[in-house]
Amino acid sequence: MGRAWVLAILFLAPGRPAFGGGLEWHGFVQADYASRLGTTRRDKLGSGDFLLGEERLQLQLSGSAPKGGVGYFAKADFFRDEVDSRADVDVREAYLSYGKGPVDIRAGRQIHTWGVGDLLFINDLFPKNYVALFSGRPMEYLKTGVGSLKTSLYSDQLSLDLVAIPFFEPDRLPTSSRFLVFDPFQQVTNRVDSRPRHDLGNTELAARLYRPILGFDAALYAYRGFFRTPYMEPDSMTAPTKLTMVYPRLSAYGASIQGNAAGGVLSLEAGFYDSRQDRADADSVIPNSQTRFLAGYQRSPWTDFTAGLQYYGEYMHRYDRYEASLPAGFPKQDRLRQLLTLRLTQLLKYQAWRLSLFSFWSPTDQDFYLIPEAAWRVTDELTATVGANVFGGARSTTFLGQLDKNDNLYLAMRYEF
Amino acid sequence: MTKLAFKTIVAAAALALTAAAPSNAQKADPAGIVRKMHQAFFYQGESFRARVKMTLTDASGSERLRELTMLRVNMPKRGDQRYFMYFHAPGDVRRMAFLVYKYPAKESDRWLFIPALSLVQRIAAKDAQSSFVGSDFSYEDVSGRDVEADEHKLLREEEHGGKPCYVIESVPKGSASYKRELSWIDKAAFLPLKEEYYDVQDQLFKEFTGEEIKEVDGVPTAMKRTMKSVKTGHRTVVEFSEVKYHLGLKAEEFGERALRNPPGSWLK
Repeated sequence: MGRAWVLAILFLAPGRPAFGGGLEWHGFVQADYASRLGTTRRDKLGSGDFLLGEERLQLQLSGSAPKGGVGYFAKADFFRDEVDSRADVDVREAYLSYGKGPVDIRAGRQIHTWGVGDLLFINDLFPKNYVALFSGRPMEYLKTGVGSLKTSLYSDQLSLDLVAIPFFEPDRLPTSSRFLVFDPFQQVTNRVDSRPRHDLGNTELAARLYRPILGFDAALYAYRGFFRTPYMEPDSMTAPTKLTMVYPRLSAYGASIQGNAAGGVLSLEAGFYDSRQDRADADSVIPNSQTRFLAGYQRSPWTDFTAGLQYYGEYMHRYDRYEASLPAGFPKQDRLRQLLTLRLTQLLKYQAWRLSLFSFWSPTDQDFYLIPEAAWRVTDELTATVGANVFGGARSTTFLGQLDKNDNLYLAMRYEF
Repeated sequence: MTKLAFKTIVAAAALALTAAAPSNAQKADPAGIVRKMHQAFFYQGESFRARVKMTLTDASGSERLRELTMLRVNMPKRGDQRYFMYFHAPGDVRRMAFLVYKYPAKESDRWLFIPALSLVQRIAAKDAQSSFVGSDFSYEDVSGRDVEADEHKLLREEEHGGKPCYVIESVPKGSASYKRELSWIDKAAFLPLKEEYYDVQDQLFKEFTGEEIKEVDGVPTAMKRTMKSVKTGHRTVVEFSEVKYHLGLKAEEFGERALRNPPGSWLK
């Protein structure tokens, strides 16, 4: 905690007037709570009924050199987590940027986002925090910063983004400490997280090449790195005593296109996931290679209302080998996993109110996820949000179905300065 | 050489003809007056920049502010424009940037950059009459409506605020949020001084006023614009400052780079 205060003072000390126009600081204070709907007494979760209970101060500091071209940005959260009874600091972003001619360089911890899906990611293989999404934290917390170097080259014809990430960061997925989730190895408590080491050789590379084509935004993507979702590797399939969380090697190649069509915005994206560590697809732990694709359409049929529909598919290659290598008693994935999403947003009262509903529904997994939300901008500074995360499914082994007992209601208030 | 000289003569003659025409044609051609108003109000200079302060006031008097920097560049193709807006305040939209490629006769392309997610998002833009950032102004009010979308009629000529004006009635040819619009267009500068929007019941529901007309870089500019929703009592006042024309902006700069990382010189 002492560390937090030192940082806070460093942040606040310069003040606005000292550096004239070059430096700006802003931020917010936020209270955010999420409680399970329905009792969990029988399930004896350590965290009780609360998935989230926190107070948070975010400070943002940014500036640029008077002549331009050089700048910096830092954003840190100081928070107290009531569920774990601990306080901590999270440096969300901290980077330096330099731009000259057709080149922009950005070095440091930063958030990267690309691709055309709405809450569905194919070629965006940057770290994500699904725990934040599932427990009702503001949407921005779905994306986490990562220490990286981003080089952008621009021309009138074609632009390129190249991201190098030497420090591997896994996705954050719900774990049994706060969520009731499916775990095929429930009885095995000896677990080791085996992340790729921070070696230069393990540096992840991601690239995007893009340009407009006939009024559409077209892009090509490539990625070489690791699956960010851990896969459980038991020391023995029949009588496991130890589990190792592994992040197998992955390469991905894809493309996307987005633009106005039929009175709305049409989005198409596809990607091929090459599971490099298991080209023979004979290993039961390491995922098979896949092709993922999505088609989305968004339009605004009346004032301040938008509707967005997406179809998403995951096609597993060499399905026969997957079936053959799957240990008995394990839940089986479909060859083609499909997902439909619908987003409805209505703004009211000069956009001071925003009512929205996001829904996932998988006809193959037979599970769903709904996020109804109402946000009220009380004043320019103060926003109050109430919403819910509702999960369900026919089976407790699918990605969303396993979260069935984690339905929650969340409440957030934020004051921005 | 002779060919070029001939072309120049033809061009000069054409120019002389069009230049000579207005005094008669204007009166006969209300669409021409509206076109000139559009030119004066939305298209001046090949590029433009202003710091914009929007004050939204509801009937009870409570205020909300929006502060942004707006840049605009005209495209070689007649009527096409690119707009870039960068938000300074309030906090929930700070550092957000908004890019619009406007085409008079078809849907515009719109992109929004959300800094907290580092996300560039395309926005469905079917409805040009929807509210611009929660204000009483619609997208059309900010960047102009296709002149050909309405039937224009010169009703009369009268003084408004001590200035001789054309009073034009514009009736949308297709569906629109209003049944008809009356505009008072200043005969000298061709700026709209007042606009009244009537709904299907032919009742006044929205009223625009252009005030504080100042000459900037040789261009008469309405430094203050108000849009009032008559029935709700809600109004939005837009004040321009640091206005500049002829910035020498390149159209190609209005792209993803500007959204993610706007040039420092744009926001100064």
